[in-house]
Amino acid sequence: MELLSGADMLIRSLQDEGIEYIYGYPGGAALHIYDALFRQDNVKHILVRHEQAAVHMADGYARATGKPGTVLVTSGPGATNTITGIATAFMDSIPMVVLCGQVASTLIGEDAFQETDMIGVSRPVVKHNLSVRHPEEIPEVIRKAYYIASTGRPGPVVVDIPKDMTTPNERYEYVFPKKIKLRSYNPAIRGHAGQIKKAVDMLLAAKRPIIYAGGGVILGKASGQLTELVRMLGYPITNTLMGIGCYPASDKQHLGWLGMHGTYESNMAMHHSDLILCVGARFDDRVTNATEKFCPGARIVHIDIDPASISKTIDADVPIVGPVDAVLKEMITLVRESKEKPDADAIASWWKQIEEWRAFHGMRYETSADTIKPQEVIETLCRLTKGEAFVTSDVGQHQMFAAQYYKFDKPNRWINSGGLGTMGFGFPAAMGVKLTHPDDEVLCITGEGSIQMNIQELSTCKQYNLPVKIINLNNQALGMVKQWQDMNYESRHSQSYMESLPDFIKLAEAYGHVGVRIDRKEDLETKLKEVLAMKDELVFVDIYVDRFEHVYPMQVARGSMKDMWLSKTERV
Amino acid sequence: MRRIISVLLENEPGALSRVVGLFSQRNYNIETLTVAPTEDETLSRLTVTTTGSDKVIEQITKQLNKLIEVVKLVDLTEGSHIERELMLVKLKATGSQRAEIKRTVDIFRGQIVDVTSSVYTVQLAGDSEKLDGFIQAVGTSGVLEVVRTGVSGIARGEKVLSL
Repeated sequence: MELLSGADMLIRSLQDEGIEYIYGYPGGAALHIYDALFRQDNVKHILVRHEQAAVHMADGYARATGKPGTVLVTSGPGATNTITGIATAFMDSIPMVVLCGQVASTLIGEDAFQETDMIGVSRPVVKHNLSVRHPEEIPEVIRKAYYIASTGRPGPVVVDIPKDMTTPNERYEYVFPKKIKLRSYNPAIRGHAGQIKKAVDMLLAAKRPIIYAGGGVILGKASGQLTELVRMLGYPITNTLMGIGCYPASDKQHLGWLGMHGTYESNMAMHHSDLILCVGARFDDRVTNATEKFCPGARIVHIDIDPASISKTIDADVPIVGPVDAVLKEMITLVRESKEKPDADAIASWWKQIEEWRAFHGMRYETSADTIKPQEVIETLCRLTKGEAFVTSDVGQHQMFAAQYYKFDKPNRWINSGGLGTMGFGFPAAMGVKLTHPDDEVLCITGEGSIQMNIQELSTCKQYNLPVKIINLNNQALGMVKQWQDMNYESRHSQSYMESLPDFIKLAEAYGHVGVRIDRKEDLETKLKEVLAMKDELVFVDIYVDRFEHVYPMQVARGSMKDMWLSKTERV
Repeated sequence: MRRIISVLLENEPGALSRVVGLFSQRNYNIETLTVAPTEDETLSRLTVTTTGSDKVIEQITKQLNKLIEVVKLVDLTEGSHIERELMLVKLKATGSQRAEIKRTVDIFRGQIVDVTSSVYTVQLAGDSEKLDGFIQAVGTSGVLEVVRTGVSGIARGEKVLSL
């Protein structure tokens, strides 16, 4: 029988859970835990400079590896600083466990120093939260936290640990449970066979079908099955911003992503389709535009692990609750064995129509002889990294340009805050990716607004040698806010530009990194090549881009999917 | 439409706050809410009455089911069911009012459970409409205080909500 203190049990449980890295920041209520961490080598701790960044780092790690991220912070401000990161992970269904110190259980409720009701504060933005009521429970609570975070529809789980649960000289028997079973939590392990059959029949009978895939395909590790099914059927596929990479962007059946800033052809194809097969997406308002005008002729098959995502905004004709990989596998078998085949003539004329849409617009933009267009930067980066880099982004115009012009053929490589839209996400997320992918190129595409929301992490990168490349598309304004002000507020640029930007080059240098400024179009490619050649350096690349560029296409507010602005003057 | 949703919930600290939080977070209505442990002390039974379109009710039940501590739930209004609410009312009762109130209480099959020289305290059980009806019958001017438990419900017949 092995006797351990609560703090040692916690660290041992993390080891037994197979956790490699935790990201965090110490403080009073977590000190017993930090001491236990010090006395072992298996679990490595990354010290950030702000707790929010720890959560985004864990998040980036989780998105790139598919494994749950882990955060450790102290009570009070340490815990509340994680909230934006937790909400970000919650909205995008990212598996994560956030361990928070808490004041001693005897002090809870007395407004003790650094006391916050973290269970209450985090409740609306977690999949679940747990508090430790006895040190002996710790292994089970930890096992439960990871189990809940990483199964079903994944999400963040907070564990609140009062300081007296980790007291060093109180030791208890350590037993790490082999299996966790919860009577009230049983995520579906397969879809309903009858519904799947019905869906396949509808798919094969469709004349203008489209597959609409989302982040669930990536979370459910089902890109292989999706690609197989789509190629087998020969149907067009579009995906959401969160689903980028779930199907190869370079494939001819891929129409690009859809929604507010999606491609013309994918939005047109959705609107005119007669059957939508939605796989692991949730008909978000940034996709559907006005729900009452959404795809009037389409019947909808919706596959999702979360029943609450089905018929939430758009009613499904055939709902299928189940893990996407298992459901798609069954569909592949049924399609293969079916006597019915897709209607070749109908599908051919559907493709003819789609190719016309594709030729009509595509992803064109106006180039200029002297100013650098942000789209050009992304296209150049995509070419120079052969489309194989991990790309994280912050939120705004640069995010949309990155998603539009970097072509991802693999899942888990496009990492952004799609649901919550968290500025400050990209840089720490890139750090989390780089830590576990040291030999891969990791780009953080950002803007001068977003990067300043977590810029302190330049210091963390120095400490742990994380040579990410920060690509700052500097348009000297909060570009997306300014674009909306241009379009909806007669160009009244209320608080959307910054008058005193720092010298980012000196700033990078002050933290011990390299800074490169690019402001001439003719330097773009050569300088970016030089930057990418500096394998062991974090390089902050400050690129002065066209200050007046807008992101297009852009759906017309309150319109249908097919109502779009294609440039500042063309509206369809 | 008014619905009665009955929930078996893990009897753990914080579980109730998740249910209540869900309603306010997602902008759903709570009209009444009752909760108490069951014969199995690890489980609480919670009854909530709410209103909303079919789409909203479907979301409410799905979102409730997603809460880790919700073990099972049923929308009682989907089938035939019994609903009861308990009310305690303090009524001004002097002079001729005393006999009149007693008669009304008898008609509604209530009981006078406490008496002073000027006040009757009446206990009445039934569905919510019956309790409303009693208040109307005695007239609001004589009512000093009303306490209602909120609705509890159970399905008719063989159907049970259990593990």
